[in-house]
Amino acid sequence: MPTGTEPDKTEDQTVTGTLARPVTAETLPKVRGSLPRWAIGAFLVGSLVLVGAALAVVGFSVGLWVVLSAILFAVVTYATSRVVEGGRKATDRLVTVVVTGAFLLAMIPLISVLFTVISQGWARFDLQFFNSSMRGVVGEGGGALHAIQGTLIITALAAVMSIPVGVLTAVYLVEYGNNSRLARAITFFVDVMTGIPSIVAGLFAYALFSLLLGPGVRLGVVGAVALTVLMIPIVVRATEEMLKIVPNELREASYALGVPKWRTILKIVVPTTAGGIATGIMLAIARVIGETAPLLVTVGTALGVNLNPFDGRMATLPVFAYYSYAVPGVPREPFIDRAWSAALVLMLIVMVLNIVARLISRVFAPKTR
Amino acid sequence: MTTTEVKPEPKAAKPVEQLGDRIFAGSAKGAGILILVVLAGVAAFLLAESLPAITDSGSELPEGLTAYIAPLVFGTVVSAVIALVIATPLAVAVALFISHYAPRRLAQTLSYIVDLLAAVPSIVYGLWGIGVLAPATVGFLEWLNTYLGWIPLFAGPPSVTGRTMLVVGVVLAVMIMPIITAVAREVFLQAPKLHEEAALALGATRWEMIRLAVLPFGRSGIISGAMLGLGRALGETMAVAIVLSGTGVVTFNLISSENPLTIAGNIALQFPEASGLTVNILIASGLVLFVITLLVNMLARYIVERRRDFSGAN
Repeated sequence: MPTGTEPDKTEDQTVTGTLARPVTAETLPKVRGSLPRWAIGAFLVGSLVLVGAALAVVGFSVGLWVVLSAILFAVVTYATSRVVEGGRKATDRLVTVVVTGAFLLAMIPLISVLFTVISQGWARFDLQFFNSSMRGVVGEGGGALHAIQGTLIITALAAVMSIPVGVLTAVYLVEYGNNSRLARAITFFVDVMTGIPSIVAGLFAYALFSLLLGPGVRLGVVGAVALTVLMIPIVVRATEEMLKIVPNELREASYALGVPKWRTILKIVVPTTAGGIATGIMLAIARVIGETAPLLVTVGTALGVNLNPFDGRMATLPVFAYYSYAVPGVPREPFIDRAWSAALVLMLIVMVLNIVARLISRVFAPKTR
Repeated sequence: MTTTEVKPEPKAAKPVEQLGDRIFAGSAKGAGILILVVLAGVAAFLLAESLPAITDSGSELPEGLTAYIAPLVFGTVVSAVIALVIATPLAVAVALFISHYAPRRLAQTLSYIVDLLAAVPSIVYGLWGIGVLAPATVGFLEWLNTYLGWIPLFAGPPSVTGRTMLVVGVVLAVMIMPIITAVAREVFLQAPKLHEEAALALGATRWEMIRLAVLPFGRSGIISGAMLGLGRALGETMAVAIVLSGTGVVTFNLISSENPLTIAGNIALQFPEASGLTVNILIASGLVLFVITLLVNMLARYIVERRRDFSGAN
């Protein structure tokens, strides 16, 4: 085993030559001890107490305490384990400590994000936030009704445009593509599309419409086109994966009954995986509903309600949150509060979409046998 | 009816063909072609709108387009590289923790949480970056400058607001970590159980088992996840636009208040107020960003394809 650890010589002898030598204490296989179960916990508590006591003398800080304790704990565990259990076990224990530590370290900012958004957003998470717009609001009060409506309208428009194209493309790739040159090209370019930065999609939509309607165009539908560019590849990927797991027997059984291919796809293949496709679509919507950059450059923002995506600027939740925070009015606080609340609402929408997607995929799991 | 397909499937039964069949097949094919058209459109329209900026002879930008975009490219690459360097090891550790260390039931919950975090909108991370992280790092930046100031990265003078390149890098790292973790976790979970059990049966410790059976199998997954994260970090707009107030300098000094902006952040800050040729200049910089992310994605695909043949999985 190329692990860089030396096998115990005594172990070799037990395999090849136990009988060649008299059995004495020296020739018996060396039995390594192992640390008792409580030892690790004791080390951890010990490190925390020791470092805590040391810091209490020079000045306490939570961050320093945790970091130094973790280092001390890792060193003590490795050293003791190396003496008692040998090098390989010690390395194993060290890696366990490092992996767990890295995991906890990674969780800190993520939990901090969730905690901050919820605690800060709670301040303005009231009825007024959901039933009034910002028209005529100077300081306190006001809400994000217009932004919520704008986000829903633009995302719905994007979904209407991208779902048919995405699903049909996936059907083509799986059912008709046959690995032809066109199918391979589509697969490749869908991959490329997945990597388009969202702001570039926004610039594309702006460039397209400014050539058609003149420069400086700001419409809801332009933002929807930008989101469509971002959403199509996600829908294609998800649908393709789902269609691929439909067993061929189902298709062949249908053909054997004389059903034409298009009816087989519509009545057999797609319904079999409808739940999975719906899950993929929900996740795609969740991905694009929080996009800020493309909407910033294509839709702009507005103070009042605008329900017509073909006429003038619209407010959207992410852009509303951005502008409220980046260019607050006077006094500052109400704007900052509204920004956090908008972020909270946006996050809740995304989480609900994710959870609904999971529920759909669990309830309507594809019946593959 | 004669076959309309060039290559009939050898194993599948030949289905009956109808008019409806041709319409359906045609629309499916049409949707696929539409995607190609859209992508060609992205490139074409960006190019068309940035042409005025490229051909312009210094009326708006006396120093030329290249001199304008170069610091932005620099800032984009630096911030993305910081994010990748921080996020990848942590993401691999988290993925390993979820797939091989955590108790089964806890692992399931953690997977859900990671997937949820990967979906949190970037504006939320941006607000967190400027509202929480930037103020919290001020003391740390001073410490870095005092004790590690001899490294050019921390030459200072440290920013008093915390709105620095380093903070942007950390925010981007926090953003892309769930994405890399999700990819790496999936690959680690797919590592062949028999290989793992064989390693354990030979007396390997858990770490040796992971090193022998899981990591070689997951290497291409880690790389493609990291590249996905890199692509996301390169194109990330809001977190940068909200945290940085760029000054258009090129510097490796990560902790001062003089910072290069990124391409995407610059577009977000300038575009809403821009008119005339400025719009074309910004779109030209967007085209550059598009090309950079395209190259990164192709590189990722190339690495994954090449590794596939040599990975321990086969």
